[in-house]
Amino acid sequence: MSVLVFAEVSEGKFKKNALEVVSYGKKLAEQLGTQLTAFTINAETPSELASYGADKIVTITNNALSSFDAKAIATVASQIAQKENSKVIIVDSSANGAYLAPIIAGQLAAGFASNVVELPISMEPFVVKRKAFSNKAFQHTEINTDIKIIGLAKNAFGVFETAGKGQEEAFSTELINTGVTTVSIQQATGKISIADAEIVVSGGRGLKGPEHWGLIEDLAAVLNAATACSKPVSDLGWRPHSEHVGQTGKPVASNLYIAIGVSGAIQHVAGINASKVKVVINTDPEAPFFKVADYGIVGDAFEVVPELIQKLQKFKTQNS
Amino acid sequence: MKILVCISHVPDTTSKINFTADNAAFDTNGVQYIINPYDEFVLAKAMHLKEGLGASITVINVGTAETEPSLRKAMAIGADDAIRINAAPKDGFFVAQQIAEIARTNTYDLIFAGRESIDYNGGMVPGVLATLLDYNFINACVGLEIENTTATAQREIDGGSETLQANFPLVIAGQKGLTEEKDLRIPNMRGIMMARKKTLAILEPIETGDKTGSKGFEKPQENAACKMVAADNIDGLIDLLHNEAKVI
Ligand SMILES: Cc1cc2nc3c(=O)[nH]c(=O)nc-3n(C[C@H](O)[C@H](O)[C@H](O)COP(=O)(O)OP(=O)(O)OC[C@H]3O[C@@H](n4cnc5c(N)ncnc54)[C@H](O)[C@@H]3O)c2cc1C
Ligand SMILES: Nc1ncnc2c1ncn2[C@@H]1O[C@H](COP(=O)(O)O)[C@@H](O)[C@H]1O
Repeated sequence: MSVLVFAEVSEGKFKKNALEVVSYGKKLAEQLGTQLTAFTINAETPSELASYGADKIVTITNNALSSFDAKAIATVASQIAQKENSKVIIVDSSANGAYLAPIIAGQLAAGFASNVVELPISMEPFVVKRKAFSNKAFQHTEINTDIKIIGLAKNAFGVFETAGKGQEEAFSTELINTGVTTVSIQQATGKISIADAEIVVSGGRGLKGPEHWGLIEDLAAVLNAATACSKPVSDLGWRPHSEHVGQTGKPVASNLYIAIGVSGAIQHVAGINASKVKVVINTDPEAPFFKVADYGIVGDAFEVVPELIQKLQKFKTQNS
Repeated sequence: MKILVCISHVPDTTSKINFTADNAAFDTNGVQYIINPYDEFVLAKAMHLKEGLGASITVINVGTAETEPSLRKAMAIGADDAIRINAAPKDGFFVAQQIAEIARTNTYDLIFAGRESIDYNGGMVPGVLATLLDYNFINACVGLEIENTTATAQREIDGGSETLQANFPLVIAGQKGLTEEKDLRIPNMRGIMMARKKTLAILEPIETGDKTGSKGFEKPQENAACKMVAADNIDGLIDLLHNEAKVI
C-alpha cells in the first residue's frame, strides 16, 4: 500500500500548496508505516519533492495537460492510485485541488473529507478533523471506504523538509477525451493572489470610496501582500469580485491579515478566521472585529495607514 | 432546455453555531434556515436562462420535511416544480447519489449547484454528481453563456480566471459573479401565491452504503484578548508583528 499526493506546479514550479501536501503525506505515510508517492505533471524539477518526503515521484510529461483538465487529471490520479495500491489520496485546497478531489472521489467511489486541518485523529477507524460551518467549528469525520481522499486545508499543516527516497518513475497513459476544453486563461499578472499570499491587506466600507484604495495597495506593496475587501465594497463596485473575502467570498488562510475600516461582521470573520495573526485598524473601539483580532489600533485609517506604510518601508530597508 | 437546480438548506449566515451537550450534533435551537447563498446565485442564473432562452427549472433537495420552505421559496422565485428526496443527508456523496438517480430518469441538459454549502463546506456534491452521471463539469463558475447546447463558462482559478467550453449535459457549480448581487431574485407576492400550486414531489431515497460518518464537533479555541496599540505608536505595532508574532 501507499499514500498518494498530487503535487501541482504553476509554470513548471511547485507551489507552496504542493510542498504542503507532500509534507503532510509523508507524516501520514510514516504513521501508517508505508511510503509516500507523489505524482506531478509537467514539473521542471520533480526531484525537489524528495526533500519534502516523497519516496516515489511519478512524473507525467504531456502537453495536452498543460492547461488544467480536471477530469483528465482525476483519471490519471485514479490510475496511479490503482497501480500504487494507494489507500489515502491527498489533494490541496487550491481552486484546482477543489475541482479535482470530488471527481477522484466519484471515480473511485471513495469517501472524501475536504478542509482537513491536521493529521488524522485516529487511523483505525480513520477519523480526520476538518473545518465546517465556515470556520465557526470543526467536524470529526470518519472515512470508512477502503480508499480515502483528503482535501488538505491551505496553510494549516505547514511545509517541512524530510528526506524521502525520491525514486523517479515516468508514467504515460492514453488520455481520455473529457469534453471540457480550456479556451483561454486570464491570469492577473504582477499581482499576488489571495490564495498564494502570506499576507493579505483588506479594506472595508470605512475607506469611504474606491479613490482611497491607494492606501490599501501601497500597504500591500510594502508587505508583498495581496489586497482584499469586504462584501459591500465589491457589491458597490469599488473593487472587483475576486477580492471579496468572507463566508460567501474567498476564504483567507494567510499568516497575517490586516483589516482596515472593516467592522468584523460574522460573515466577514468566518471567511478569514483561519489566518494566523489578525490586525485591525478601525475608528470605532466597539467594532466587533477587535473581539477576534490579535492586535488592534483604534484610529482613523487616513492617518494611521500612511504612517504605517512609511514606517514599514523604513523597517524593510533596515532589515533587508 | 431542462434545468435542475440543487438547493441546500442551511443555517442563516448570522447563526451562532452550537452543538448538543455531547458535541455529537448541530444544535438547531433558534436557528433560522435559508437557501444556501451560492445556490441563490445559480437559481437566479437559471431564471435568467429561462427568460432569455426558454427552459424548465426543477429544484431538488435531499432533506427532511423541514427543508420545504426553501423549495417553496425557490418556486416562488420562479422554478417550475420541486423534488424532495426524503432523507437526512449523510454526506455529500450520499446527496450526489440521490440526485444522480433522479437525473438518470429525467435527463437534464444543465444541472446547477453551489460551489459549496456554507454548513458542512463539503464542496463535494456537484463534482461527484457529474462523475456519477458522466456529465461534463465546471467548478467555481463565475460566468456562463449558452449557445444551443454549448456552454462557454468562466471558472475562478487562483489569481485569475479561465474560460472553458463544454457541451450539454453539464453540471455547473456556481458562485457570485455568475449572477451579480443586484440581480439576485426576491420572491414577490404573486410568485409566492403561484408557488403554492406548484408540484413538490416527495420521493424516497435509494439504498446506498455510507462512505463517511460524523463523529462529532468541536468549537475553535477562544481568541486570547486583542492587544491594543495606541494610534501614535506605529513603531510599537511593527515591533510586535516582527518580534512577537513573527509575521513580518
Ligand atoms: C448572506 C450574507 C453573506 C455575507 N457574506 C459576507 C462575506 O462573505 N464577506 C463580507 O465581508 N461580508 C459579508 N456579508 C456582509 C456583512 O454582514 C457586513 O455587512 C459586511 O462585512 C460589512 O462590511 P464593512 O465592514 O466593509 O462595512 P461596515 O459594516 O459599514 O463597516 C465599516 C467599518 O469601518 C469603520 N470606519 C469608518 N471610518 C473609518 C476610518 N476613517 N478609519 C478606520 N475605520 C473606519 C467603521 O467604524 C466600521 O466598523 C454577508 C451578509 C449576508 C447577509
Ligand atoms: N442536501 C442537499 N440537497 C440538494 N442539493 C444539495 C444538498 N447538499 C448540497 N447540495 C448542492 O451541492 C452544493 C455544494 O454542497 P456541498 O458539496 O455540500 O458543499 C450546494 O450548493 C447545493 O447546490
